[in-house]
Amino acid sequence: MTYCILIIITTLITVLLIPFLDSKQKGNVAVLGVLINSIISSVIAIQVLLGQTFEYSFYGGFIFGSIILKVDALSAWFILLMNFTSITAILYGVQYLKVYQNQRARLSMHYGSFLLNHFAMIGIYFLHNLLAFLCVWELMAISAFLLVIFEHHKMETIKAGMNYLIQSHVSVVFIMLGIIWVSFNTGSFVFSAISQYSLSVSNPISFLLFLCFFAGFAIKAGFVPFHTWLPHAHPAAPAHISGLMSGVIIKLGIYGILRMLLLINANFLIIGIFILIISVISGVYGVMLAILQHNLKRLLAYHSIENIGIIGIGIGIGCIGKGIGNDFLQFAGFAGALLHTLNHSLFKSLLFYAAGTVYQAVHTVQIEQLGGLIKKMPHTAILFLIGSLAICGLPPFNGFVSEFLIYSGLFGAINNNQLSFTILIISSIFGLVLIGGLALFCFTKAFGIVFLGTARNHHPHNYEEPGTATLFPKYMIVVFILVIGLLPQLFIRVINGPVSMFQDESGLNQSLPKLINTMQMVSLASTAILIFAFGVYFIKKQFTRKAVINFSPTWGCGYDVVSPKLQYTAGSYARSFEKLVKPIINIHKHEGRINTIVPHPVGFASHVSDKIETNLISTPIMHLRGFVGKFTFLQNGSVQFYVLYGVVFILIAITIPFLINSAFFIFELFKQL
Amino acid sequence: MINALCLLLILISSLFFSGIVIRTKSVFSGRKGPGIFLPIKDIWRLLRKGSVYSETSSFVFQIAPSIYLASVLMAILFIPFGNIPGLISFNGDFVFFAYVLALGKFFSIIGALDTGSSFEGMGASREALYSMLVEPAFFILMGSFALFTGHTSFAEIFATLHFGSYISYAIGVLATFVLVIIAMVENSRMPVDDPKTHLELTMVHEVMILDNSGFDLGLILHTTNLKFAMYGAIIANFFLTPNYEWYYSVPIFIGAQFLFAVVVGTIESFEARFRMNHNPQFIFMLTSISLLIFMGVLLMLGKII
Repeated sequence: MTYCILIIITTLITVLLIPFLDSKQKGNVAVLGVLINSIISSVIAIQVLLGQTFEYSFYGGFIFGSIILKVDALSAWFILLMNFTSITAILYGVQYLKVYQNQRARLSMHYGSFLLNHFAMIGIYFLHNLLAFLCVWELMAISAFLLVIFEHHKMETIKAGMNYLIQSHVSVVFIMLGIIWVSFNTGSFVFSAISQYSLSVSNPISFLLFLCFFAGFAIKAGFVPFHTWLPHAHPAAPAHISGLMSGVIIKLGIYGILRMLLLINANFLIIGIFILIISVISGVYGVMLAILQHNLKRLLAYHSIENIGIIGIGIGIGCIGKGIGNDFLQFAGFAGALLHTLNHSLFKSLLFYAAGTVYQAVHTVQIEQLGGLIKKMPHTAILFLIGSLAICGLPPFNGFVSEFLIYSGLFGAINNNQLSFTILIISSIFGLVLIGGLALFCFTKAFGIVFLGTARNHHPHNYEEPGTATLFPKYMIVVFILVIGLLPQLFIRVINGPVSMFQDESGLNQSLPKLINTMQMVSLASTAILIFAFGVYFIKKQFTRKAVINFSPTWGCGYDVVSPKLQYTAGSYARSFEKLVKPIINIHKHEGRINTIVPHPVGFASHVSDKIETNLISTPIMHLRGFVGKFTFLQNGSVQFYVLYGVVFILIAITIPFLINSAFFIFELFKQL
Repeated sequence: MINALCLLLILISSLFFSGIVIRTKSVFSGRKGPGIFLPIKDIWRLLRKGSVYSETSSFVFQIAPSIYLASVLMAILFIPFGNIPGLISFNGDFVFFAYVLALGKFFSIIGALDTGSSFEGMGASREALYSMLVEPAFFILMGSFALFTGHTSFAEIFATLHFGSYISYAIGVLATFVLVIIAMVENSRMPVDDPKTHLELTMVHEVMILDNSGFDLGLILHTTNLKFAMYGAIIANFFLTPNYEWYYSVPIFIGAQFLFAVVVGTIESFEARFRMNHNPQFIFMLTSISLLIFMGVLLMLGKII
């Protein structure tokens, strides 16, 4: 309990202190605040993972009822991964925001919101009271909105921010609906009321309740078709916030879904199939759109949707395993999902930070204008490369481990008694493989076009590699990426805690040793790759010691007026893919044609729009605006009319009961007659 | 130690593989053709030559071929030999196998993009697309075998895989066909790509390595041989019935490799290269054949009908 009070005090003091400091100190205090809060909450989380219990309850007044503060293995896992990314985000953020040093008010707002956001996230993982949960959830949503709109002078940023704010509140509406539903029936706001309620009703109603919560949390997590805020908000935010959002904030949705799975007692088979289908669609759709993006940060944002899809596939097969009583499938599914949650928060934040460094160096993230950054920024390039390899799920990096877990669950469960499952599983394998292949396509494009070759555009000022302070948080992440990739067996043991909440002891005892064995072999094989790669390179160096090495221009097929414009562009790289997916995805092209004798400058532009966004959000809103637009005459700007509306409203309010009464009176009168 | 047998055999057969392919092609076109060790002699000559690097390229270009070779060597470690498992074997090792090959592919693609050439970008884009399209076929094939045998590692699958009924022979033939075509696509050979083409615009793999020279080029060329021999070894595994003694299985293995090389040469002699925009359809067809195998397995297990 003292821990929690400490966290509240730290947050309050730092948030109140920040506005009174000068720009440099603001950053330091914010780092300090995040560090203290992270250390306190991590200590609790580690204690819980080691087997202690953390549970307090106090009376929160007659509205809240009893408020339970509880950390179990699931929240402990999420607290740890959230703290790590928050620390790297604030460390990198302080460096990132150095450029804005003379804008003190904005910095105060930003750092204050960051601390509140971190505090709110800790609260989300601690609280086991529905109403209190909703309060911190709201605090998190609003502070995240303030973080996103840091560059609020830009119209796009404000638009993206508003889009995010509105959609987060649609999510709140769904969650609130669920909470009202439960508390109306049980009269209590504690989490266990949900399981109580779902035990008392039939399966379909429980499933409906789950859907209600799922819709709310899925908007936060970014499952298709609830993903539309994500590709707008991520590019608009400053890089460290994009990393934080993609790494941690959308994971709150995953946490919510997992928590509901623990609480709601429904048919897990149906829930599993439902989540699996929606996840495969999210994964494939996300990565398909990612390939066609020409804005680096937006590309990464679509990849978040893809990775949420992969996490969802894990959760889905975990639920199916629980539904059909297959222990191994259940373990592999949930363990894969949880580990991928951690992995994604690592490599995605790394990629966003690297993209932020690119943005600060050359002031654009348009892939088509970049190129050759590796020469002046080798560290950033290597960091981005490691992030790319990890996100493609290639060994020996961490992304592979979690995808491998999910694959082994899928292949392990392929042999079961029901034909429909076998077909469902083979289609999930197909989806997962397709996601992997498309991710490789996407990141060879992103890394190759941005960092390799030569600059496609002239950059007006000189840029160079940022200092160690900026690189340090990124290398911190790389260490973790490599440790998970090379020693996965350690993390399987840690993840055992949260996974064991979903399954009973006996199933765990069977699956765990089996998986740890496999993971030891994976670890061996991953190390072997590194040894082979270094070995071959070493042999090459030894062998070619005396060989003559020359440098000359790239071979141009006989054409020697080489210009950077001759390079392959991101658009042309993706063109062959674009042709394949034309039927599914809206691609808009604007091309100028030369139709006069003397050619004039013409241009070509292409962009991709999200079909789901157009059909689900933009078109209905357009129609709604068309309909509401018919009433704009009411809003005519003169005060007299507004006073009149007020008076009319009051009159109506008074007369309605009167009219109803008189109607009744007349009705009665007629009846008597 | 016996586990290294397969590695050794693959390394040996990679030495003469492309020689046999070239010899077959020359026989079909009515020429005498070079000796079967000519390609490997060429590679040896390349390894001792100096290199010319593009001024545009960075260290990525220099490490890419080494990692490409390392990834294929790593993948070979998983291949079993009949009932003898490979050097590394665990449940789900074929997932690792496919992903480690993808790692090599990733590096060869970014190595090509590093030169900043329009041609090499073109090749890189095609290679990335084709390898993405071919991957599902391999996974569904392995999934079918996992379903059929109830095991999830290369070694266990091939140790328990035996053909009994007529459907199973059909499956064996189809699987061999799929693997041959996968090998052709992965190595950028005939129906998809013509390694001997003279126009950069129509190349896939060859155009990616335009700027590689000397040792690196040698590595890349030999990696192709290794990859062929690796797929040949997987195909040979279909015919290595578990109980055979080594003096039967080693000749069977070598024979299968030889036959595979002859088949590759024959396909190259009689098949014309597709138009570029027909390639994706062709490669996707492989996935449907894999699905056919999957259905066949379901039939055999009595899950449908």
